[in-house]
Formats: sequence, C-alpha cells, structure tokens
Amino acid sequence: MHCEPGVSEAPSGAPQPRGGDLVRRHRLATRLWHWVNAVTLLVLLMSGLMIFNAHPRLYWGEYGANFDQLWLAIGSARSGGHEIGYLRLGHMQWDTSGWLGLWTDPNGGLQRRAFPHWATIPTSYSLAFARIWHLAFAWVLALGLTAYLLWSLLSRHLQRDIHITRAEWSLANLWADLRSHAALRFPTGAEALHYSVFQKIAYAGVLFGLLPMMILTGLAMSPGTDAWAPLLTEVVGGRQSARSLHFLCAWGLVGFFLVHVAMVVLAGPLNELRSITTGWFRLPRERDVREEGA
Amino acid sequence: MSRLLLSRRRLIGAGAAGAGGLLLSGCDRLFDNPMFRQTLEGAEHLHQASQRALGRNALAREFGAGDISPVFRANGSRSVADPAYRAHLAQGFAQWSLRVDGLVARPLALPLAALKALPQRPQITRHDCVEGWSAIGQWQGPRLALLLDMARLAPEARYIVFHCADLYRGLPYYESIDLVDAYHPQTILAWGMNGRPLEEAHGAPLRLRVERQLGYKQAKFVTRIEAVSSLQGIHGGQGGYWEDNGAYAWYAGI
Repeated sequence: MHCEPGVSEAPSGAPQPRGGDLVRRHRLATRLWHWVNAVTLLVLLMSGLMIFNAHPRLYWGEYGANFDQLWLAIGSARSGGHEIGYLRLGHMQWDTSGWLGLWTDPNGGLQRRAFPHWATIPTSYSLAFARIWHLAFAWVLALGLTAYLLWSLLSRHLQRDIHITRAEWSLANLWADLRSHAALRFPTGAEALHYSVFQKIAYAGVLFGLLPMMILTGLAMSPGTDAWAPLLTEVVGGRQSARSLHFLCAWGLVGFFLVHVAMVVLAGPLNELRSITTGWFRLPRERDVREEGA
Repeated sequence: MSRLLLSRRRLIGAGAAGAGGLLLSGCDRLFDNPMFRQTLEGAEHLHQASQRALGRNALAREFGAGDISPVFRANGSRSVADPAYRAHLAQGFAQWSLRVDGLVARPLALPLAALKALPQRPQITRHDCVEGWSAIGQWQGPRLALLLDMARLAPEARYIVFHCADLYRGLPYYESIDLVDAYHPQTILAWGMNGRPLEEAHGAPLRLRVERQLGYKQAKFVTRIEAVSSLQGIHGGQGGYWEDNGAYAWYAGI
C-alpha cells in the first residue's frame, strides 16, 4: 500500500490526506507486476499440478521413485470392494474420491490422475503440454520478480513501504495489529496509506521467501542447472527435496492468495481493485464519528 | 456409500461446467492457436542458450557408492520384441555390434567386446525422469567422443542420432544430441550398470548417458549411431521419439 512520494512524504505543513480523499496508492510498476503475476502464478500453479500428476508422489533427498519411501502420495486403490481416491501423508490416509486420485471427467469417464481436470492446465492429461506452459511462464515469473525487486530497491519502495522498523516488531505493535486484523478493523484516513506490520510480513514473505523459493527449487530440479549450479540442489537436500519444497511453497502461495483475496473483499473490493488497476485509492473515512456516536 | 460418491461426483461435474471450466477450456483453446503455442515453445531456446552460456562444459554431479538407489526404476520399453535382438540377448550379445555411420570418414562396426576394451568411464549419476522421479546409478562405458574420433566425424556433422532396437507403442525409439553434449566428458555409451552388464529393462546391451538432460534422452538398446547435419528427414524430424510423438522439448536440460 505504498504511495506517491508527494503523498506519503508530504512536507510538514502540507495538508495530510483525510478519509474520503482520492489518493495515488500503487505505482505503475507495482500495478503491472501485480496483474502479470496474477496470471502467471495461476498458469504456473495449474500446469504444475498437471506435472505433479505425471508422478504423484513426493520424497525427500536426492533420489526417489516408486520403490523408495515417500512422504506424500495421491492415488487410487481398491478398498473393501470399491475403488477410492486417496491422499496419503506419511502414515495417514484420507478418502479423497471425487477430488483427488479418482474423479469423473466432463465426459463422465472415471479418471485416476491425482489432480482433477478443473485444477490443471491442460484439462486432460498431458505432461508435455503442461511443461510447455509451465517452463514458458517460469521465465515470466523469474524475470518479472527480478525486475520488480530491482525497481523496488532503486525506487526505495522496499525501504519506505516494506521495511519493518524496530518499533513495528515490538510485541505491543504486533499484538495491536493482530487484534485489529481479527476484529476486521481496517486502517482509515492517512493511516490507510501504509502497510500494517502483518501486511509487511506477508508481502516480504512472498517477495523474499516464497517466490524466490519457487524459482530456486524449480531450477534445482533441472539436470542442466544442477551441473553448473550444484549448490542450489545440495542446499535444499537433493532433487527430490527440491521437488517437495517446490510443491509445499506452491501451496504456501495459494494460502497467501486466499488470505489476500479475503482481505481485499473485506476491505472494500471495488476500491482495492481500482487502486491496484488504476493506482487511485479512496481513503476510508475515519471511524471516530461513528465510534463516538455508538 | 456408492450413491453418496456418485452425487459428489455429479456435483464436481457441475462445478467444472461453471467458472473454472470456462477458464480452463479457454486455456486449452489458446494452446490450439499455433502462434501462441510456438511462443511458449520458444522458451526451449532460452533454456538451452542460458544453460549453455552459464555452464557449457559443467559436469553433472557425481555421487558416492552409498548414494545409489536400492532399486533403479526401469521406464519406457522394458523389453524388445525384435527377433534379432532376442537372439543377440540369448547369446549375451557376443555376435552383436554397434554401427557408427552417417557423416563420418570411417564407418565402424564395434562388437561389445571392443567397446569394453576401450578406455572406460565409470560414473555414479542421478537419472532425472521428465515425470519428476529420480534414481541414482553407476554407469560404465566408453566416452562417445572417443567413438566419434575413431570414426572421424565429418566437419558438417551437427547432431548425433541414436537408433534403438525397441519399438515404443509400435514406433522405433530414437534420440539425438548436439556436438556440445556429444563431446561432453560424461557422455558415455554405458554397457555396465551398478557393476554388472546392463539388464534388458535398462537397455542392454548399450544405452546413452547424457547426464545433463532428462531421462527420455538416455536412449536404450542403442544399435546404431548416426552423425547428421540436420534432424529433418529422420523419423518425425523433431530429433527423438518423444519429441515427434509427445511434444517433449528436444533440449531436455530442464
């Protein structure tokens, strides 16, 4: 929720924007990257799920195939006279018939792939097509993230809007932010120009944690990259560990997405969508009047 | 229970016809557009160019004997139906020989014993399947570079094609690599695996190891090596069985 220098760093004496004011919130680079990323990550997730379907088992370490110990598997099996789809995690197993491992395609055919047609690109099984989608959009993600991080550094976006100060790390502040999030009390007036500490943690976690991890673990699975950058694969504990982490971080991003969208909906979806598309954001009106009246 | 299952499935079917279905069929339709698909497929050139720029001569990681997979999964063709092949297998490939021809000054026919008599390179490497699984094994055989030098590769040769004895889904399996990979020190023609002669399931008597690429490049049952200037005109023209029949990338470094 960073803003134009003229807004966030108004010289003292200039009038502070108030609730109801229309302000410039997101700069062009952020808006552009946001929407390119939204499409890119969706394509990467769905084509990634199809790639997972080619071998729906996950292992730790350097090697891992059908005869080796796995920690996650999606499949189908006969159980008491009928067939079920299952998700297996270590020693636990859940019946996921209809959703994972055993489901019906739009033509009524019974399918035994891990993720169903509505979750994958392409809709019907093709590892080759999924790889074409995935490995092309991986470049968009990697180059986009690199460019955006560079821009964020040079434009001081990181320093001004994402950097978490010592005061913000204080327990009192974390507790206060947690409480206002839990109560769905969103900042108003000029306060709404800045990210709260949990917003900063979330965005920094995605920018410096999940997205780089997706790219690095993806590269660590490439035999060509493993030859010139073996450290990448070694650091994460092997190619199969890289594959497992790639999978887990992808779901981490899905988790971020769900919270992100929930917050947008709760905070006023039209205003939020306008600001991430056009840059213009109407500051929510201060609450004091209503609170005093209550 | 089964009725419950059925209604749940029906529900999902209905859901798929909704918003998600629309978006997805949109993606499938987009992919049918040749321009769009070619643009996406263009990423293969970026992969090859970037990996070559960053590590043209980089060696694939080699592992210790303790890292070898307890069971090395065999994939693709696990046996060969061809009667001539079966006869060779029964005789321990004593009468078998590898042909090296195409754009070479001196075509060769090398019996297995001759391949074993050449300087050997043993290497313990990780086999990475395009599907996502990996297995570590020890491979032994002469370097491909040695064979190409013996046959005196012609200057106009650009690719090395590996013709295989097996039919996969009724079509001959084959693969190809360029000269950067052909002359790479870890590119060998393995006749030994984990200290024993290659088993049929793993491509006896000879399989290619091109360690910086995915499993489908590691052609098994290699019977003939052909040097060519272009991949056009060889089978489907895309440089390999899966490249022709499955839309897999020819450059399989990622």
